[in-house]
Amino acid sequence: MAPALVWLTALMVVPCALVLALAFFRRGIYGGIDYTFTLENFGLVFDPLYAGIFLKSARIAGTATLFAVVIGYAAAYAIAAAPRRWQPIFLFFAVLPFWSNYLIRTYAWIVLLNREGLITQLLRWFGYTGEPPSMLYTEGAVIAGLVYNYLPFVILACYAPLSRLNPELAEASRDLGASAATTFRRVILPLTVPGIAAGAVFVFVLSIGNFVTPALLGGGRFQMIGNLVYDQFLTANDWPFGAALAMALIAITLLVLMAQAMAANRASGRVTEANGGADG
Amino acid sequence: MAERSPATRRTLWLVLTLVFAFLYIPIAVLVALSFNEGGLPTAWSGFSLKWYVSLAHNSAILSSALNTLIVALVSTAIATLLGTLLAIGVEMRRQYGKGLEALIFAPMIIPDIVLAIALLSFFSMINLTMGLHTIILAHVVFNLAFVCSVVRARLKSFDWSIVEASADLGASALTTFRRVTLPVIAPAVIAGALLAFTLSVDEFIIAFFTAGAGRASTTLPMQIYAMIRFGITPEINALATIVMAVSITALTLSQRLNRGMIGQ
Repeated sequence: MAPALVWLTALMVVPCALVLALAFFRRGIYGGIDYTFTLENFGLVFDPLYAGIFLKSARIAGTATLFAVVIGYAAAYAIAAAPRRWQPIFLFFAVLPFWSNYLIRTYAWIVLLNREGLITQLLRWFGYTGEPPSMLYTEGAVIAGLVYNYLPFVILACYAPLSRLNPELAEASRDLGASAATTFRRVILPLTVPGIAAGAVFVFVLSIGNFVTPALLGGGRFQMIGNLVYDQFLTANDWPFGAALAMALIAITLLVLMAQAMAANRASGRVTEANGGADG
Repeated sequence: MAERSPATRRTLWLVLTLVFAFLYIPIAVLVALSFNEGGLPTAWSGFSLKWYVSLAHNSAILSSALNTLIVALVSTAIATLLGTLLAIGVEMRRQYGKGLEALIFAPMIIPDIVLAIALLSFFSMINLTMGLHTIILAHVVFNLAFVCSVVRARLKSFDWSIVEASADLGASALTTFRRVTLPVIAPAVIAGALLAFTLSVDEFIIAFFTAGAGRASTTLPMQIYAMIRFGITPEINALATIVMAVSITALTLSQRLNRGMIGQ
């Protein structure tokens, strides 16, 4: 046990503490670090320019989360409704792409979306003759890439509670005169909230701090928080400000996780009761 | 589930078809292009393996693949050992301290870019020259957490009284581990190791920040990133196909060994 804990402490806790400390120092004139205490870096995070990038990142991550959850939930619902023996197979193939290389999955979207890419070819084939649409290097492309990359996880997270749902609950609701829509809204949806929350948090947290997808699908000048942090460390050489940005990113991550833990706690009692206390 | 109207059933099949098309068309296009003589997505000009052949002659890619293999094997070996011991330690004592849980959970949720810059700051602060060894040190951090969580899942249903029984019957701690504990957790340990290997092979950002200057410690994902970012050659489709095949094989094996662990 001890060696693992030492490893985690030395190579995660200490470096992260170091970054936290860095955030309170000043940037040296030649790009080094000037060891005088300052809160300027955190002030700069709230500067309209940078706060704008945070908001944009949150908006992109939020949109990607929304799409991923809607599509992922529909897929999980369809898998859970399929014949029992097919469910593990469907689930396996839904998750499989998730384990292939992230860069390659993102690159696949460059092939699809670029001006001479597959989608433009398809449009031409159907008789479209105008200018090729510019799809790559847009916010939409970044969102598509994020949804594509994280969808398998949402399917997995939503399938777990859906497959455990006691079918008698839905029947009871229908027998009592509720429409299919009401049954879904009042019975099925509330019982599967923990899965939705877990999937949503995962997509949001990984999207808002993402570096690769905006860099590849958003184009060279497209910036989300991850790219901003990258620039401070590798090009602008302002490590203290980069550190403050990283801490802000961690703070957002923690807030989102805490919100999820609270939502899950509130929902878990409900789920246990409805499924006959057998399963949480 | 309960009987459904034909319309509902058709809708559900439609959803499944669309989602699987969304998931697999981009991958299928890449794989198909890797066998396209012309290499461009604009036209199919005949089946060819020439991009695989040219890949085999690209020394930059081969040396980065070798680097990736070294990093993945060494970091997986260390992480499997440490992660398994950590899992046993935590589960045997049943002390689920909040701080301890957070420490083990953190590497899985910390944004990659944050861990990457933290390690870069740390290594440059202690004046450690960066290279493959620093990538390995970094990869063990998250690999260890994943191995630990896979093994812990298996240990949750482990009956610790058989360990006591073995000790009562006079077996040493080591014999007990080798003959009693290990056979029970072996599938989870191997599944965890395969998972760690896959993660390490695919990891880009942390490696990028902890590789140091120079091309000597470029890993395969770093090479792929550079190829995508600065001039796409058709070779990348062939490379993508091979990398996907390797990861998917490793995952399929891992899944078979630890059936249902990830699916439930």
